[in-house]
Amino acid sequence: MLIKWVQTLGLSLLLMVSAHADLTIEITQGSEGALPIAIVPFQQPVTGAPTQNVDQIVTSDLARSGRFQPLPVADMLSRPVQPNQVDFRDWRALNVENLVIGQVDAKGPGAFDVSFRLYDVYRGEQILGYTLQTSADELRSTSHRIADLIYETLTGNKGAFDTRIAYVTSIADQTGKPTIHLRVADADGYNPSSIVSSSDPIMSPSWSPDGQKIAYVSFENGRSSIYVQEIYTGAREKLTSFKGINGAPVWSPDGTKIALTLSKGGNPDIYIMDVRSKKLTQLTSHWAIDTEPAWSPDGRFIVYTSDRGGNPQIYRVEADGGKAYRMTFEGKYNAKASYSPDGKQLTLVTRVGEDYRIGLMDLRTRDIRLLSTGDLDESPSFAPNGDMIIYATRNKNRGVLAAVSTDGRVEQRLVLQAGDVREPAWSPFHQ
Amino acid sequence: MKLSRMALIGLAAGSLVFAGCSTTGSGDAAGGAAEGSAADAGGASTAARARRAGYSGTMRLDDPASILAVRKIYFEFDSSEISFDNKLVLRAHSEHLNANSSTNITIEGHADERGSREYNIALGERRANAIKAYMTAEGVNPAQLNVVSFGEERPELMGHDANAWSKNRRGVLVY
Repeated sequence: MLIKWVQTLGLSLLLMVSAHADLTIEITQGSEGALPIAIVPFQQPVTGAPTQNVDQIVTSDLARSGRFQPLPVADMLSRPVQPNQVDFRDWRALNVENLVIGQVDAKGPGAFDVSFRLYDVYRGEQILGYTLQTSADELRSTSHRIADLIYETLTGNKGAFDTRIAYVTSIADQTGKPTIHLRVADADGYNPSSIVSSSDPIMSPSWSPDGQKIAYVSFENGRSSIYVQEIYTGAREKLTSFKGINGAPVWSPDGTKIALTLSKGGNPDIYIMDVRSKKLTQLTSHWAIDTEPAWSPDGRFIVYTSDRGGNPQIYRVEADGGKAYRMTFEGKYNAKASYSPDGKQLTLVTRVGEDYRIGLMDLRTRDIRLLSTGDLDESPSFAPNGDMIIYATRNKNRGVLAAVSTDGRVEQRLVLQAGDVREPAWSPFHQ
Repeated sequence: MKLSRMALIGLAAGSLVFAGCSTTGSGDAAGGAAEGSAADAGGASTAARARRAGYSGTMRLDDPASILAVRKIYFEFDSSEISFDNKLVLRAHSEHLNANSSTNITIEGHADERGSREYNIALGERRANAIKAYMTAEGVNPAQLNVVSFGEERPELMGHDANAWSKNRRGVLVY
């Protein structure tokens, strides 16, 4: 696992822009019942200490998940670095259940070894310990990886801290004319980079399952086309540019196909394109609007938005064709559905009174639980571990992103320094 | 079949609307292609006056007093139905295009920001197509009418209230 992870370092360097955050995160709702944990400040090398602080990154990752309640450093009774310095009584006294200690060692110019150990305080045992080789450029990613390892060990769910988000920003110049960017950043908003910019709309980013490419819609020639772009090289390919709508591209879980919306037949229908051969197959054929396809994790089904019943609702069809099956009946507006990674739930946009909110639908009971409280919420996207959903909302008249845990316990806002941000898409796991 | 019947309704309604529209229609006036120097109120009354006058073959496309200066058609929520007033506007443009068969226009469809973005692209296209269908029924060669939907991506007004939404649910004729 670690060897594979080290191999990706070379690739990531191409993406490096700066370590500043594009989106700043504000925790808007804390969590009750979170697991008390202590992350002791890691010992730094005497000379050549890195600018990024590993323990602080790990601490904020775990806090943002809503599953953990890190102990403030000021409250710590001791600050052990080595195993023989750990006195479990110091931590039991503070009701801390888990303890993390570690150190960063300089290994030549810009190279570091990061070691950490995770303890169960009550059993008085080490339950995890690793040394990770990394570089100054990759130190944030390494820190997220450490948070992922701790999260997985203690919750049983894979961590999704070492992942990225794609999103669309709109920033107006002094004359009010907006420039649209499609950007990619770490899941905590750091290391942003623009992958395409335009004075015309850019929409609907979708990650390839290997995390190397993004499909999106661009109106750069005054009309819509679907493009696929390699994130690291910037190389891109125009996938469709038919008359009418070219929209809503979304990769199949195995990466061999892209479902999309075309209206070349006179009205919007769902089509499936084979990525290699570019062969198109029409999946739905109805005079109403059919759009916003999303694949089930096993690739068997596609859910989509259709107003064939008089208002937009979610329908499901087998990916190789067949009869449409209506999934939502509650309310007059349900749209933009996508499956949870375990295939047991859908997240969607649902209208409640006059408000558009993010809902979570249990596919067994068909109940929709509301996860957001805004009036213009849209574009929900699951984290690859299914524990959080990121979506677009408004705050103080600006477009911002928000993330909410699927259990509703924790909520946070991701705010761009200037302008509007929208259409978040959470990446797959780092491979 | 259905289209030609719509056109007849439009014609029949024309005389009624001529009498009544000067007190209405600020919602669908304010032509984007009308000269920028015209104040909002002036723009509205210009549009109303132009609508009363209807279309005559001598009208120039760049005359702000002409009904041809009205280039925006507004829609109700989740609707692509064209109002009687707007049918008069589209009829004038149709006659102009029929008389100038080498002129092509783009019909842009737009939606307000509520709801999901790709669904709004589809709604915008439905609006633009409704305009195209009306103009085609008025005899315009479909080859003169290019349709593009921008959904909610290019709002006319940046606000987030009922007034902004009503201005953003629109079709725009671009010469």
